[in-house]
Amino acid sequence: MSEAWSKDPELRVEHLTMRFGGLTAIGDLSFDAGRKQITALIGPNGAGKTTVFNCITGFYKPTEGTIKHRHPDGSEFLLERMDDFIITQKSKVARTFQNIRLFGGMTVLENLMVAQHNELMKASSWTVGGLLGSGKFHRREKEAIETAKFWLERTGLMDRADDPAGDLPYGAQRRLEIARAMCTGPRLLCLDEPAAGLNPRESEDLNKLLISIRDKQDVAILLIEHDMSVVMGISDHVVVLDYGRKISDGNPDHVKNDPAVIRAYLGVDDDADDLNPAKMGVAKGDEIRSKVAASPAALKSERVAVPPPPVLKLPDQPDIPAAKVAVAAPVKAEAKKAAPAKKAAPAKKAAPKKTAKKTSKKGGRK
Amino acid sequence: MAAPAKDTSFKVESRQLDGPELAKDLLITGIITFLLLTPIVFYKTIMNQGTLLLETRALLVFVLTAIVVVGRLLLHLFVWQRAPQAGRPAPAAAVAAAAPAHDWREDAAKWVPLVMLGLAILLPWIVQMIPGWDRRGLGIATYILSYIMLAWGLNIVVGLAGLLDLGYVAFYAVGAYAYALLTTVYFPMWFGDGIIPWTFYIVLPLAGLLAALWGVILGFPVLRLRGDYLAIVTLAFGEIIRLVLINWFSFTKGPQGISVPKATFFGLPFADEPGGFADFFGLEYNRLHFFFFLYYVILALALVTYVATNRLRRLPIGRAWEALREDEIACRALGINTTNTKLTAFAIGAMFGGFAGSFFAARQGFVSPESFVYMESAFILAIVVLGGLGSQMGIVFAAILIMGSFELFRELGVLEAVLPEGVEAIQFRMLCVGLAMVLMMRWRPRGLVTRREPTVFLKEKKSVSADLVSQGHG
Repeated sequence: MSEAWSKDPELRVEHLTMRFGGLTAIGDLSFDAGRKQITALIGPNGAGKTTVFNCITGFYKPTEGTIKHRHPDGSEFLLERMDDFIITQKSKVARTFQNIRLFGGMTVLENLMVAQHNELMKASSWTVGGLLGSGKFHRREKEAIETAKFWLERTGLMDRADDPAGDLPYGAQRRLEIARAMCTGPRLLCLDEPAAGLNPRESEDLNKLLISIRDKQDVAILLIEHDMSVVMGISDHVVVLDYGRKISDGNPDHVKNDPAVIRAYLGVDDDADDLNPAKMGVAKGDEIRSKVAASPAALKSERVAVPPPPVLKLPDQPDIPAAKVAVAAPVKAEAKKAAPAKKAAPAKKAAPKKTAKKTSKKGGRK
Repeated sequence: MAAPAKDTSFKVESRQLDGPELAKDLLITGIITFLLLTPIVFYKTIMNQGTLLLETRALLVFVLTAIVVVGRLLLHLFVWQRAPQAGRPAPAAAVAAAAPAHDWREDAAKWVPLVMLGLAILLPWIVQMIPGWDRRGLGIATYILSYIMLAWGLNIVVGLAGLLDLGYVAFYAVGAYAYALLTTVYFPMWFGDGIIPWTFYIVLPLAGLLAALWGVILGFPVLRLRGDYLAIVTLAFGEIIRLVLINWFSFTKGPQGISVPKATFFGLPFADEPGGFADFFGLEYNRLHFFFFLYYVILALALVTYVATNRLRRLPIGRAWEALREDEIACRALGINTTNTKLTAFAIGAMFGGFAGSFFAARQGFVSPESFVYMESAFILAIVVLGGLGSQMGIVFAAILIMGSFELFRELGVLEAVLPEGVEAIQFRMLCVGLAMVLMMRWRPRGLVTRREPTVFLKEKKSVSADLVSQGHG
């Protein structure tokens, strides 16, 4: 990684390690997120993606490592030392949540106003001025409403502005969460599975929205996503995690063809029984690649083509080898018969996602 | 939506009875009533010069059973019969009924506060028209208003910020004792006796600030607590304050309490003497002047609380309180300092409690720890909950309902005429309040006023249904 952007990245994560008791959720992770770039963080369930987000946004304090956020003006913030709300306030990092966290009993507009709390607080002279009806606060509040309107327009929520956020349909709630995060005026936007639960048209719109945020708002985006049409379609840079470790890093094309990634997602043939990706030989990788020749194409477009992560792992926890063996055992014979990518193909046809995913997953991961 | 719809359909099925079914229903009702009444009403023990006699009252049982059965028959014939006919889907009926009611509510939200304000301003004169009620009516109104003010203060903590506080009376006590001690001990010591007539106006803000300080002192240790744990610690805080007041004799005079000079009209005492209020304005001395004065002072204080809370809700801090109630983690992700937000909620809520406490002392002319028992906190919280969390108008109605009915029982003894000799109505007041609460929680589980008014809107102000509004996590 010695591309031009990585000389002055927006975010630099170095040797990040997060342990929960004896479990190492993230182990020695380093990556950069470029300015005005969309960086996707992908990996099977439980690979530690959300834990990385929680470390960046201050909800967890990392066990080791540094997270540097550098603004274009040169000011630098060490996020691992800052409190979660200070990170948003000072370092301008905003995030959304995997399970939507809106203020359901407040209207859409109020949600966006709460997001501009710190600015408005200052304008209201920490409530005193506002209580006395200062003109400065009124002006600032009008501006805040304009900002909110701008984002309502961008996310197509203008008609619902006065409705309670809890009343919105799921897709609109996802968009509102992004709008709310943008209202904090971030430099770095962290989105945790923004496309989860969206239909293909909605995720197409989401792609457009994210690209326009990146290009027009001059914001770097860090993205966790399972929907490969989003990841491959809009990312400038993809980081792949598995068991809390980085297994691949580069542009989408590079990642798509990386044997380690294919192995993590689709599994390997039975005789490649060394499960540690680090120890994977190149030759072995090539062998697999030839076997799953169809997979790059499949990876590109179809959501189901990339069998999503194994079900049996607990979220945000590193895998326990015993469990892995247990999963592998019943499907061993099956896996022998067909190469993993072929297993993915029938899953594609049998569209109802959950079941299809499960079968292909078992075959995939072993 | 789901629960009421289910209820309606249940009624439709079970209440549409004909001939034999009706008779069976009435028979069962009669039997149940009879079985219930037998142990309660049939036997009565009478103490007669040292001997205990057992009296039976068969007729009374019969009459009461008949009343219940006939009542049920009438309900069947005239009330339940009118339920929507079978085939008409109940949910649709509920929706149709809700639609026009919605508009009515939106309108009511506008004019009810104004009507109530007008009524509150005119009340002392209205009360004068009822013979024998001049003093008593004003006293009750002042009493209710002070509870409205307390409940408005607690509403900031519980209703807006969603932090359950069972020890609110502690701040009331801090305010009252701040007034008592500053007026009787410290101000004369620091500034001489001349200041005593003026202390009410100087101490009132100080008492509020002191209570706010104690709000922050309580707030710090409980910042990390939520739900039941928060409730327990605030409860303990309330009790600690009371126990300190009882036991720190050298400072608070313990259970003896402290006599306090009553409030003056900007230095003019309400007394029949030269230089008194009546004398100064050339009026004839009337004890009612003091009651009028007290009423308007608490009305002004309550209005300040109302207006301030309403304004705060529309300021970033108020929105942050409500956001905190909805989702604390999302608040932190938006860069809101939740520590400060919680502390301001505690402090501002406590400040209004302190004002009310200071007023309480100035009205009573006496403070003692007995006035600040846990039951007071419970009543204030009950008013907030019955009114509807976060709703200021709901609190007014709930306070009138709860505290007003208390006073009615105490002052009027409305039931005295109905009840047998020797039974005092006042004994039933708690029972009735309890019953009222159970009924309220059955029919209006989210309180009297359940809709939340948005603080800002683009095109149209739509109130938010209580189903969507979170009740807070602590």
